[in-house]
Amino acid sequence: MSNIPQNLKYTKTHEWLKVDGQTGTVGITYHAQHELTDVVYVELPKVGASAKADGAVAVVESVKAASDINAPVSGEITEVNTAVTNDPGLINADPYSKGWLFTIKISSPNEIETLMSAEEYSKFIG
Amino acid sequence: MTDGRIRRTPLYETHLRAGARIVPFAGWEMPVQYAGIIQEHTAVRGKAGLFDISHMGEFIVRGPESLPWLNSLLTNDLNKLKDGEGQYTILCNEQGGVIDDLYVYRLNDAEFFLVVNASMIEKDFDWLERHKKEGITLENQSDKTGALALQGPGTLEIMTTLGLTELPKKHCIVSFTLGGIPVRLSRTGYTGEDGVEIFFPAAHSVKLWETLLSTGDVIPCGLGARDTLRLEMCYPLNGNDLSPKLTPLEAGLGYFVSLDKGEFMGRDKMVEQKEKGVPVRLIAFKQSGPGAPPRAHYKVFANGAEVGEVTSGTMSPTLKTGIGLAYIKADTARIGQALEIEVRGQRVAAIIEKKPFLKK
Repeated sequence: MSNIPQNLKYTKTHEWLKVDGQTGTVGITYHAQHELTDVVYVELPKVGASAKADGAVAVVESVKAASDINAPVSGEITEVNTAVTNDPGLINADPYSKGWLFTIKISSPNEIETLMSAEEYSKFIG
Repeated sequence: MTDGRIRRTPLYETHLRAGARIVPFAGWEMPVQYAGIIQEHTAVRGKAGLFDISHMGEFIVRGPESLPWLNSLLTNDLNKLKDGEGQYTILCNEQGGVIDDLYVYRLNDAEFFLVVNASMIEKDFDWLERHKKEGITLENQSDKTGALALQGPGTLEIMTTLGLTELPKKHCIVSFTLGGIPVRLSRTGYTGEDGVEIFFPAAHSVKLWETLLSTGDVIPCGLGARDTLRLEMCYPLNGNDLSPKLTPLEAGLGYFVSLDKGEFMGRDKMVEQKEKGVPVRLIAFKQSGPGAPPRAHYKVFANGAEVGEVTSGTMSPTLKTGIGLAYIKADTARIGQALEIEVRGQRVAAIIEKKPFLKK
């Protein structure tokens, strides 16, 4: 469980969401970065763009393939982590902290309840 | 695979214990990476890496007429080979399209050893069987043969500690006893680095794998690194960059086609293309502007017009930029030609480069 922090919410597409009032921070899980292999390129959304829950808003590319990153909840993109654009390896090295992707102003807080807890996500990935 | 069965090499459990991530490839469950693709790639360029290539196919062709018969089916000229020498060559259909690219070794004047792609074992063997002449014996040894590739500038040092103080000449094959096991060992590979490929009875796979890794300065490498390494050298991957609808000349493999050796399968088409020119060409390109790395099937543009399609693409761990191979219209296939690669609706700048990307 050490690779699945308790204080985060999780999607079936392996994003994590950290809720802080109206703001959510989004990244991909340890499991996701491991499955992807070395991340070499990241395409982040534009600040101010609106995102729908489960809608693709970013792309993370490994040596092998490109993968869509979905918004866990609906809202407006408020900040993006340009550090990962410059150094995509941060996503592998530190997926829950330095490897965060973007923040989102949550428009429908009830969507948070549809996400998985750490325990549920742990069972989900087996 | 024709029977839809997923296969595992004798090293499957060993790979799992080493922390490998397993993916399906050409009908096989193979390790794509252990520690990480970039780390493994860098190890091969800097020192040494060990690959399980047991999925590849091995055939033996025997009989006094083997040489002229194989020469009538393969594009390169087998008359160039002495005993113990090998060459890269191509098996083509009647229309000159590529069935497979392979290595053929002359063991002696009546015995040849062929190493073919994993995805093509059945098709190649069926093709050879169907075109077999009297007096030729064909044996598919793929199931009972294990194979490892030791690749990197540290190869000689590692082999020396195992008792092989001199490597065979490039493209040559020798018999050797490695850790008490009889092996065939060739100075070949798919990475652009010095290295050897080792073939042996499959039952000894785990022992040989462990023997080679025990030498220290070598790490296990997966198919992920194998792909980035070969792409930096512009070695084609059958299924991606080679097709039964395209000839070796279109694939830029003319060096391995001997049009003057006499008749061989597909020659007419290649002679015609040599005279009239090829309609498309497999070119190597490097990303020259910001954007995502190229991937297979992305569209390629030149001067605003669509001219072709990417067949292989990746972020090069050595060059730290996107690289790829693409079939494009021959009239735009010039070194230095500016291209654009379409990635998710955006155009990314690229330029045609001389092959290979790394000069070795």
